Amino acid sequence: MKLRKTYTPYLFLVPALIFMGIFLFYPIVDVFRLSFTNYNMIQEASYVGNQNYQDLLNDPLFWKTLKNSFIYLIGVVPLLVILPIFIAILVNRKLKGIKWFRAAYYIPVVTSMVVVGIMWKWLYRGNGLLNYLLQTIGLINEPISWLTSTDYALYSVMAVTIWKGLGYYMVIYLAGLQSIPQDLYEVAQIDGANWWQKHLHITIPLLKPSILLVTILSSIAAMKVFTEVYVMTKGGPINSSKTLVFYIYEKAFENLNLGYAAAMGFVLFVIIFILSFINFKVLGQE
Amino acid sequence: MSNEFNNILKKILLYFLLTIIALITIGPFLWLLSTALKSGGENIFSYPPSLIPKNPTLINFKKVWNAIAIGRFFLNSTFVALATIAINIFVSALAAYPLARMEFKFKNIIFYGILGTMMVPFQILMISIYIISVKSGMTDSYTGLILPVAVNAFGIFLLRQAFITIPIDIEEAAIIDGCNSFQIWYKVLLPLIKPSIATLAIFTFMMSWSRFMWPLIVISDPQYYTLPVGISYLSGLFSSNWRLIASGSLISIIPIIILFLFLQRYFIKGAMAGAIKG
Repeated sequence: MKLRKTYTPYLFLVPALIFMGIFLFYPIVDVFRLSFTNYNMIQEASYVGNQNYQDLLNDPLFWKTLKNSFIYLIGVVPLLVILPIFIAILVNRKLKGIKWFRAAYYIPVVTSMVVVGIMWKWLYRGNGLLNYLLQTIGLINEPISWLTSTDYALYSVMAVTIWKGLGYYMVIYLAGLQSIPQDLYEVAQIDGANWWQKHLHITIPLLKPSILLVTILSSIAAMKVFTEVYVMTKGGPINSSKTLVFYIYEKAFENLNLGYAAAMGFVLFVIIFILSFINFKVLGQE
Repeated sequence: MSNEFNNILKKILLYFLLTIIALITIGPFLWLLSTALKSGGENIFSYPPSLIPKNPTLINFKKVWNAIAIGRFFLNSTFVALATIAINIFVSALAAYPLARMEFKFKNIIFYGILGTMMVPFQILMISIYIISVKSGMTDSYTGLILPVAVNAFGIFLLRQAFITIPIDIEEAAIIDGCNSFQIWYKVLLPLIKPSIATLAIFTFMMSWSRFMWPLIVISDPQYYTLPVGISYLSGLFSSNWRLIASGSLISIIPIIILFLFLQRYFIKGAMAGAIKG
């Protein structure tokens, strides 16, 4: 090993460091710097102190989108943490054709969000299939304007995020389930435990690392939602489904108010950082 | 006797549940397919909706292919995905080698610096990357589509894990044979981490094929649209012609679904590795 020249390791690292330097390290610093400027692509940037951050505090739309993003988080995360556990338990068994069911549950994950959004827009129409099915089974009396009513738009988009995520988190849980020793269940069986007791006392506690992982992943993903909103509602009607990242996108690339967008970006970064931290602390205590 | 009956009942119930969930995840695709297959004479907005096309036809696929440059979007997506995979694997495999198997100054700082970038969402960095792209003339170009998103900490991390598992004797034998570090990397180690490279390739392909936000921002010339941006553009263009929208959407996802059905194992591995990345 001594024959190796001292600069050899760095040579191997150079391409990666160039890429990451330009497109990751530099932008991290640059976005933070931009958030203290009024840069708009046309004029030279000038420093405005913490003006952008003060403007944020007085921007009702910022608060509205922040609130929407938190509603998104609170609505999406619990369902994405819990539902896939049941699906994973259901498919974690030797059964003829089970491979095909697993594949079927994973297909939404590999499909692009653009197509998923378009597909659901079609389903959500006033005279669309979803309203028809729900009316047929008697869940609703009148067709609902899922995407065009301020009451429902945000929740309808959330449902699509959940639908697309089920398979992904199922796979994570499946890996967790397969690491649980089978004899634990056999012992419980002998002790006369029923289905609920077995899973409540064996599966859930032993699945804790996976649950933590899914909670973190799904909450970060919920804070970053963009494509489903862009495709299905463009944030409407009247901003009712506008998320924080969508607002950042609008400010940065439609209004070219990059300094302001950078300030919001920094807020988003802090939120995501805090979320991961809380998740680790709360769920990783033991 | 009653035990056996119970087992059969349990199995029926299981399959029933599995089928219901499958209908929820696959149903929307089937409805899209049904819409795409409906002929011009059939009312696609009828209520109650008709689930099965009366005179199934492929004409809508042909129409949408001729109405809009889907072929072009298709080639763009393919080229961008392949180039992204090539760059990502080459650069990540190079960087992962010393991080896994050499001792050098600043190793930990570099490694954790790279890992740390995973904490910062692209949605924030894109503001600055967009400015870089405009200033360097990368907007409306393939370089703009590829370079800013080609390399990430995940690839380096995944391949580093793979390099670590290779026994040290293999490398020592190669040194005795007179191989230099680059030859060891290329001839000895890379062939041994092929499964991880395949996983990274599939993962990168999937990400690239469905990537939307960055192409949307960096491209305004339809000549450079990738499929997701092109399909989103199409859905605005034909806002009420759902036959064409459905056909175009399906064309754009067929490759990834076929690939998934054949290479499931690598997709799942990639998803698992991607999950750890956070």
